[in-house]
Amino acid sequence: MSKNKSEYLINRHDNQYEVVIGLEVHAQVTSESKLFSTSATKFGAEPNTQVSLVDAAFPGMLPVINEYCVKQAIKTGIGLKAKINKRSIFDRKNYFYADLPQGYQISQFKDPIVGEGKVILDMPDGQKEVGIERLHLEQDAGKSIHDLDPKNTFVDLNRSGVALMEIVSKPDLRSPDEVNAYIKKLRSIMRYLGTCDGNMQEGSLRADVNVSVRKKGSKEFGTRCEIKNVNSIKFMQMAIEYEANRQVDLIEDGQTIDQETRLFDTKKNETRSMRSKEDAHDYRYFPDPDLLPLEVSDDFIENLKSEIPELPDEKKKRFIEKFKLSPYEANILVSDIETSNYFENVIKKSDVKLATNWIIGELFAALNEKNLEITESPISAGNLSKLINLIKDGTISGKIAKTVFEQMMEGDKDPQKIVEEKGLKQESDPKALEALIDKVIDDNRDKATEYKSGKVKLFGFFVGQVMKVSGGKANPQLVNEILKKKL
Amino acid sequence: MSDITKQSLSELVENIKSKKLSSSEVTKAFVERSEKSKELNAYITEDYANAFNKAKKFDEKPNLDLKLPGIPMAVKDLFCTKDLRTTAGSKILNNFVPTYESTVTQNIWNEGAILMGKLNCDEFAMGSSNETSFFGNVQNPIDKNLVPGGSSGGSSSAVAAQLTPITIGTDTGGSIRQPASFTGTVGLKPTYGSCSRYGIVAFASSLDQAGPMAQNVKDCALLQEVISTYDEKDSTSIDFKRKDYSKELTKDIKGKKIGIPKEYRVDGMPKEIEELWKKGIEYAKDCGAEIIDISLPHTNYALPTYYIVAPAEASSNLARYDGVKYGFRAEGENLIDMYEKTRSEGFGAEVQRRIMIGTYVLSSGYYDAYYLKAQKVRKLIKNDFDDAYKKVDVILTPSTPSSAFKIGEKTNDPVSMYLNDIFTVPVNLAGLPGISIPAGHDAKGYPLGLQIIGKAFDEQNILNIAYAMEEKINFKNNINDWWIK
Repeated sequence: MSKNKSEYLINRHDNQYEVVIGLEVHAQVTSESKLFSTSATKFGAEPNTQVSLVDAAFPGMLPVINEYCVKQAIKTGIGLKAKINKRSIFDRKNYFYADLPQGYQISQFKDPIVGEGKVILDMPDGQKEVGIERLHLEQDAGKSIHDLDPKNTFVDLNRSGVALMEIVSKPDLRSPDEVNAYIKKLRSIMRYLGTCDGNMQEGSLRADVNVSVRKKGSKEFGTRCEIKNVNSIKFMQMAIEYEANRQVDLIEDGQTIDQETRLFDTKKNETRSMRSKEDAHDYRYFPDPDLLPLEVSDDFIENLKSEIPELPDEKKKRFIEKFKLSPYEANILVSDIETSNYFENVIKKSDVKLATNWIIGELFAALNEKNLEITESPISAGNLSKLINLIKDGTISGKIAKTVFEQMMEGDKDPQKIVEEKGLKQESDPKALEALIDKVIDDNRDKATEYKSGKVKLFGFFVGQVMKVSGGKANPQLVNEILKKKL
Repeated sequence: MSDITKQSLSELVENIKSKKLSSSEVTKAFVERSEKSKELNAYITEDYANAFNKAKKFDEKPNLDLKLPGIPMAVKDLFCTKDLRTTAGSKILNNFVPTYESTVTQNIWNEGAILMGKLNCDEFAMGSSNETSFFGNVQNPIDKNLVPGGSSGGSSSAVAAQLTPITIGTDTGGSIRQPASFTGTVGLKPTYGSCSRYGIVAFASSLDQAGPMAQNVKDCALLQEVISTYDEKDSTSIDFKRKDYSKELTKDIKGKKIGIPKEYRVDGMPKEIEELWKKGIEYAKDCGAEIIDISLPHTNYALPTYYIVAPAEASSNLARYDGVKYGFRAEGENLIDMYEKTRSEGFGAEVQRRIMIGTYVLSSGYYDAYYLKAQKVRKLIKNDFDDAYKKVDVILTPSTPSSAFKIGEKTNDPVSMYLNDIFTVPVNLAGLPGISIPAGHDAKGYPLGLQIIGKAFDEQNILNIAYAMEEKINFKNNINDWWIK
């Protein structure tokens, strides 16, 4: 039993094992053109339509660095509170494959553009800091397609040369849940920065997962296995769970773990060996002589710093301090930039507390049901703000507001108009309410007598009756007050 | 004019500008001589029909303001030429036709010159004798049995035999200067970053540099002026103020300080070379230059350093020739088998040797001892030159440790072949400009060259000194057109 609720341990016999995880995330840089050529990078284009002579490695073709991609990488580094290296070097990683036209990938090996940084995770039992080892720029390879023909492999070079950021974490993660939180946080930061769209379905974000296990309390790391190229958070979690248990079983069985590269089979939910350490490629890294060392000035970095928007951690802090939101609420609202933008637009003209509840409650539920993103919300921030104001000023009750909200979800209708057209305005005239209440008491004489003789529970019955008779429009607060007097 | 092909570039330009000659006449003369000279095997690909058409077009609407108005020329087959086969002397690119033009050749066409064809060279510019070419060895017009040097052997042979008035080569470790020296012609390797590498089939990216080859220094200066431009498409291209080298050319080199490095007196150097060097020093003195003894202490390490750095880069640069995208492909059982067969059949022995050396020196466990160490030594070699240039303006050395050798003489002895580059490789390692000018003959009557090495971006100074010395030397090539029946 662990004293910490979120502690993830694997129990075997009398032993408890801790899981140590480090991630190498490959994030596609948001950029119109590739890292070293002017070809387009649009997803889903016809095969081999976004390929330049440089991408296809024609004789005599030379790479020229795309400054925009450099800026994107530095911005990401700033977002990760990392050290920006003013001098970095592009190296060649040499290996042969049909979808690697140059016969090498241009990457950064010894001198990456970004050094150590950190990411803060909000876990149920508090915050956790995950160290970033480095971030470097590299080219993506093309795509080999093996299933179009029984004998031939087809190669699509559209991705060849697309800019990737490889973000390497320190081995600080300890559970599948932390991995989930880490990926989401990283994605959130990059989306705030506009440096990676984080779209895992399109392959814009994928990760190599390093997993090892050790007895709880041990300071030494166990032998790690690297699970290559996992492209969803769910698969990462499943792979880690499988792999950690596999390693624990080996240890418990008195066997040793081989350092190796493994693949996660999503159909069988298991990892299997891809190549052992002995078979590991010798990539023969060396500085690419076609490119000079990449040097950036302090001014260059400072200019980029001034372009950095408020990031989730700072925004969360501001939401808590300025709007008195709970950390839970703030977390949800800052988790992605579109949600926080929506929230801030709603509260420009309406009550913060109500806005928070309506967005986190009704809106999220409704969007979830329709499988929509906040950017696709049928209700604009402006109209949600109007709805909240109608509640706040007593024009409609919370209950009526839900009806109005449902109609708004059908199309971005103005709540004011819905209320007017359907006559949903709340009845707050005490005289009109008195008349209503008198009628209800009159119609239910026997119950009124019971109430007066001590059956106070019946109060709710009367409220319900009044609301029913009013068609839900009676101001519940006033109904309460008047009823108390009358009964 | 029956002696068109004997004219220098400057004379041809003048005659075309003054309308004494048309581009068509000049083109016809060089094509006819080239046709008669097939035995030299200087060309890999001829493009005569197109050359005639371009010459005709030029003559119809001649732009005489250009620097190379209607001048026909052939270029080393390492430069990619749009719509004309570019082989790099290799079977693996035997069928390769680029859809693009190298920056250097584009610069030349922009100044009005006309392409006649592609000249033979060692495979991927790896060689010192032009014997590694898939398209056969080239003969030196000096003597049937002699190599023309390499790797720009087709270029040197063609210029010396007057099949082309001028040409361009590439120089990674001496591939312009050594063949120039072997054929009694002038060859300039410019400062690294002076000429764009865009569209040149790469051998060793940190060393490769295109440069002019000509019959005299003035022609060389004019061609350098045309080909040297800053190019955004080459990240190693340097944006510096380029001069009109031919306009600023002067023989007045009075007071210039010329360094003589003692380390270039290598063991076993033929006496003739030693004497040539001494004569060169006297010529320089005659021109009013001041001679200063200097030391380049790490010279001995240049050759081994070069033969680590160049193959390392080549092993990676040549990985793209894999049979997948273009060029030669041998069928295989699977991808690996196809790679192995394509590269075994597509590359010649010397290229394979260098790929293997390069792969070895970059391998994990050997990288530090070879590649990294070589990079450190390279820095020391550069520092040597930097120190020397605090005292002198240029450095004078022999171009090669011997005159041209016989075809087949060194083919089975790669190390002795590599020794040919001993005086030229330090210049590439340091990224400096160097020019070879013909300076005399050995006892057999074969030409010998002197090398003038300059400061980075100081092409003008070495051209001026070469120009002044050229006049004093008054070299005459002994070529008797033995190959023309």
